[in-house]
Amino acid sequence: MTTKLFGEPVRRREDARLVTGRGRYLDDIGAQALAAAFVRSPYAHARITDVDVEPALDVEGLVAIYTYEDLTGPMAEPLPVLIPHPQLHAPRTGYPLANGEVNHVGEPVVMVVATDRYLAEDAAERIVVTYEELPVVVGVDAARAAEHAVHAEIPDNVAARHHQETGDVEEALAGAARTLSFTQYVERSACMPLEGKGVHARWDPADSSLRVYSSTQASTSVRAAIAAKLELSLERVEVIAPDVGGGFGVKIVHPWPEELLVPMAAIALGHEVKWTEDRREHFIGSAHERQQRQEITVGFDDDGRIAALDVHAWHDNGAYTPYGIIVPIVTATQLVGPYVIPVYRVVVESVYTNTVIVTPYRGAGRPQGCFAMERTMDRIADALGLDRAEVRRRNLIRPDQFPYDHHLTFQDGRPVVYDSGDYPGLLSRLTSLVGWEAMEDRRAEAASRGKLLGAGMAMYVEGTGPGPYEGGHVQVLGSGKVLVSTGLTSQGQGHETVFAQIVASELGVPMEDVEVTTGDTRRFPYAVGTFASRAAVMSGNAIALAARGVREKALRIAAEVLEASPDDLEIADGVVGVRGTPGASIPLRTIAVLSNPLRYAFDEAAKQATQFARPGADDQPPVAVGDAPGLEHRDYFSPIRSTFASGAHAAVVEIDPATWEIDVVTYAVVHDCGNVVNPMIVEGQVHGGVAQGVAGALYERMAYDADGQLQNASFMDFLMPFASEVPDIDIDHQSTPSPLNPLGIKGAGEAGVIPGSAAIASAIEDATGRRISAMPISPTELYDVMRSPSAERTAAAGRRTEVGG
Amino acid sequence: MKPAPFRYADPGSLGEALDVLAAEGDGAKVLAGGQSLIPLLSMRLAAPTTLVDLNRVPGLDAVEVTGDGVRVGALVRHAELLGNPAARTVQPLLARATAYVAHPAIRNRGTTVGSIAHADPSGEMTAVLALTGGSVTVATPAGRSTIGWRELFVGPLETSVHGAAVVVDAFFPALPARSGTAFVEVSRRRGDYAVCGAGVVVTLDADGLVETVRAAYLSVGPVPEVHDLTEAVSGQPAASADWAAAADLARTLVDPDGDLHASADYRRLLVGVLTERALASAAAEAAA
Repeated sequence: MTTKLFGEPVRRREDARLVTGRGRYLDDIGAQALAAAFVRSPYAHARITDVDVEPALDVEGLVAIYTYEDLTGPMAEPLPVLIPHPQLHAPRTGYPLANGEVNHVGEPVVMVVATDRYLAEDAAERIVVTYEELPVVVGVDAARAAEHAVHAEIPDNVAARHHQETGDVEEALAGAARTLSFTQYVERSACMPLEGKGVHARWDPADSSLRVYSSTQASTSVRAAIAAKLELSLERVEVIAPDVGGGFGVKIVHPWPEELLVPMAAIALGHEVKWTEDRREHFIGSAHERQQRQEITVGFDDDGRIAALDVHAWHDNGAYTPYGIIVPIVTATQLVGPYVIPVYRVVVESVYTNTVIVTPYRGAGRPQGCFAMERTMDRIADALGLDRAEVRRRNLIRPDQFPYDHHLTFQDGRPVVYDSGDYPGLLSRLTSLVGWEAMEDRRAEAASRGKLLGAGMAMYVEGTGPGPYEGGHVQVLGSGKVLVSTGLTSQGQGHETVFAQIVASELGVPMEDVEVTTGDTRRFPYAVGTFASRAAVMSGNAIALAARGVREKALRIAAEVLEASPDDLEIADGVVGVRGTPGASIPLRTIAVLSNPLRYAFDEAAKQATQFARPGADDQPPVAVGDAPGLEHRDYFSPIRSTFASGAHAAVVEIDPATWEIDVVTYAVVHDCGNVVNPMIVEGQVHGGVAQGVAGALYERMAYDADGQLQNASFMDFLMPFASEVPDIDIDHQSTPSPLNPLGIKGAGEAGVIPGSAAIASAIEDATGRRISAMPISPTELYDVMRSPSAERTAAAGRRTEVGG
Repeated sequence: MKPAPFRYADPGSLGEALDVLAAEGDGAKVLAGGQSLIPLLSMRLAAPTTLVDLNRVPGLDAVEVTGDGVRVGALVRHAELLGNPAARTVQPLLARATAYVAHPAIRNRGTTVGSIAHADPSGEMTAVLALTGGSVTVATPAGRSTIGWRELFVGPLETSVHGAAVVVDAFFPALPARSGTAFVEVSRRRGDYAVCGAGVVVTLDADGLVETVRAAYLSVGPVPEVHDLTEAVSGQPAASADWAAAADLARTLVDPDGDLHASADYRRLLVGVLTERALASAAAEAAA
């Protein structure tokens, strides 16, 4: 921690490899593999009455066809509910291949294996599946109305009713000086990593072992799932996440049907098999997130201080609930943000629809919670004629209130207790960064150019780095190389760089000597996965602890050799020396050789070490009791609960009142993730998050029609923003270290996306004077709002008109 | 997303290409830049029996600029036309519109004539062909013929060219004297197909008064549309003409559909806004 690498903007060491095309992604593996393709349901809700594979049988190159009838044992059972919860009273999951019924377009029905993907698709196209269509449920409102049921035995379509409350909300609302009630919507989007999912499996009959590569965020858990479902012994299965081209949440779900079916086929066929998801499959066969209807009632006093908040939300969970109710819980518990909410009640009903499943997408329910809370703040400000920043300021948790207990239960089952933070600090930095006080001047200047300018802001608190644990292993080799491994996976975040920085700092070695491996069960079998902004917090700390263990052992051995006290030793540039005594030193690599009493002189390192080696005492074993050969250490980090990062965003938009095009002209971010390992990587994470926040606010939506057909399942019509649509981003950092982990860090991966829709909706509302209660919003929709006689005008707009005469 | 099986031919001459097309019948499809066709194949939305690749056919890669206009060969890439200074001078709409065609990677590969033959009513070059009163040359085994734009565009993604025929070039007449042009679009993302686009030509008389006003629109109908807006502003001084009146007229002449990205009403709104802006700009250029 005292060396300078920790906290430095070290350039990402993985980039040279990745940007010059030397990455090794799933589809780069297994050029000789057989290819799998899937027949997927074209209907959103239907009974399967017949599957006729006959017409496909004469396709040259066809190897095998699998339907549900071919699944045996655990494979014929429903896929697991990964995270059960007592309030998830009606969980449902699909089968690896549809068992008589399909519940969304894209659900896999038949797997075809052929000598290449072209032929596999040719065969798949010829397979005739006969369906009997059933009524379709699309959208939270249709699910709630329950005229039809997604699952016949769940007539109200409600999978879970998640409920938390911190007091008597009815009484508190009745006693409040003022109340406001309103309804708002957030629409679906999706993670959309540029690399879709993919699985490659190879069975080795000689030692009955299976190696699987998967483009996953959780290789250890995929391994366990495959072992269980295919009835293999765990030690016969290894799973490796190769380079992964983005995840953003969708690849934390496991096992995907394909992660089981591809290995199953590889074993059955005795040949390696690969499936690479294509873009259309990803749109209709992976996962989405975000759609909610929110009914909110807030009670507050004449100064804008909240007395009580009552939220009833309906959350569209799609056709199945393999990932439990994590997203509804996160919305419910993170909604309160940086504010004191004296009495809070939240009910989130998680409802089934005949659409792609909903599982965490970067932010994982927080953008919706932030949208609810922050738009509530805007409404209070509007009702009272107060500045929106001032209303927020009056409700913020003060720095002297930490640890702050919201009396809620988080997604990890632990209490929502904020560990540290300075929310007034965030707000004051934000208002100065964006020039909040000077906004009227900017508004006037824009008006002189014929543009409507408006500003909005949103704050958030984000629980990051949930447990239960992650581990790290650090080993110094005789060559001087330092091998580092952790079980969680990487999807391009820069883990190689950050973990190497941590080890180099802790151990006192050059960063170039540190080699990092992630997501490979051969190297580290125990892990949870990369999600919930947890990699730096969890694996970063575990690796730091492992490095400290190595350091302690190295100093112990060096102390014996140098005949010094370990307290007088230091490590710099990979050499252990006695402080203040030049020349009294020994390289770490030599200590690594000495640490193993078996020293065949295979190499120079072993020969050099002999000068330090002393004969062991005749009355002691060569490896002391409690010691172990080798200079390595394995350690785990398991926090008491999540650590809470925070931030505040402001957006300034300019709107063309002729075309209703919306241009984000300023985007300001104040960000607090505690101690920062690498500020360049944190800023990159913020940039990427903001891009997805802007996407969710202005561009992306999943356009399902009433039949459950996704109308925009391509990058032509699903409007992921280009670089040209992402605004320049001004960032300011604040740091309130976490007391909950040795490095004092908090997660940073998801933060950037959370306040986007809230801040941009607020800015559009400020610019137009019309209430914006559904996001995303496009120019054509804004035009509809502006010309609708029933569109609600904000009180602020009325006051501005009065002032302006 | 892998294409269904197809045969592939890469003839070395136009005659050979026409022979293959004649032999293969209606199942054959001509390939030039492939920027629209290949995605359709990959999504199995199109499954031609044979692709006839023109890229080895000599003589189709020229941009010929004369005082009469610009003739663009079937293998000329958008980027090449965009960067051709002579073409830009003779018919400024070409470069102005081409700059809106997708992104550089697509402009480097996609062809102007291919865009026209694809007949997408959201395409820029179909609108420019219509607005300039252009035509295409079609080669068949029986010889060459010229087809004017009105005869060419039959419906969305549909032309009157069928069977053993190759569109070998497109001809864009020169900009008339005392004329100015403008090309504007509103798209959801930069480089996307336009939600609505407008190209205009304003021609003034010798006294600097408005003589003719024509506008073409993208993404408002099944085929490119050209509307004469002259009557709204005829005889008015270029600097003070009532372009809003012309925009109002344009709104009454179009009948757009709604889709995922824009309602019909919003498109109609944009037709007016873009018309007014484009006409003011084009008139200023004509007067300069």
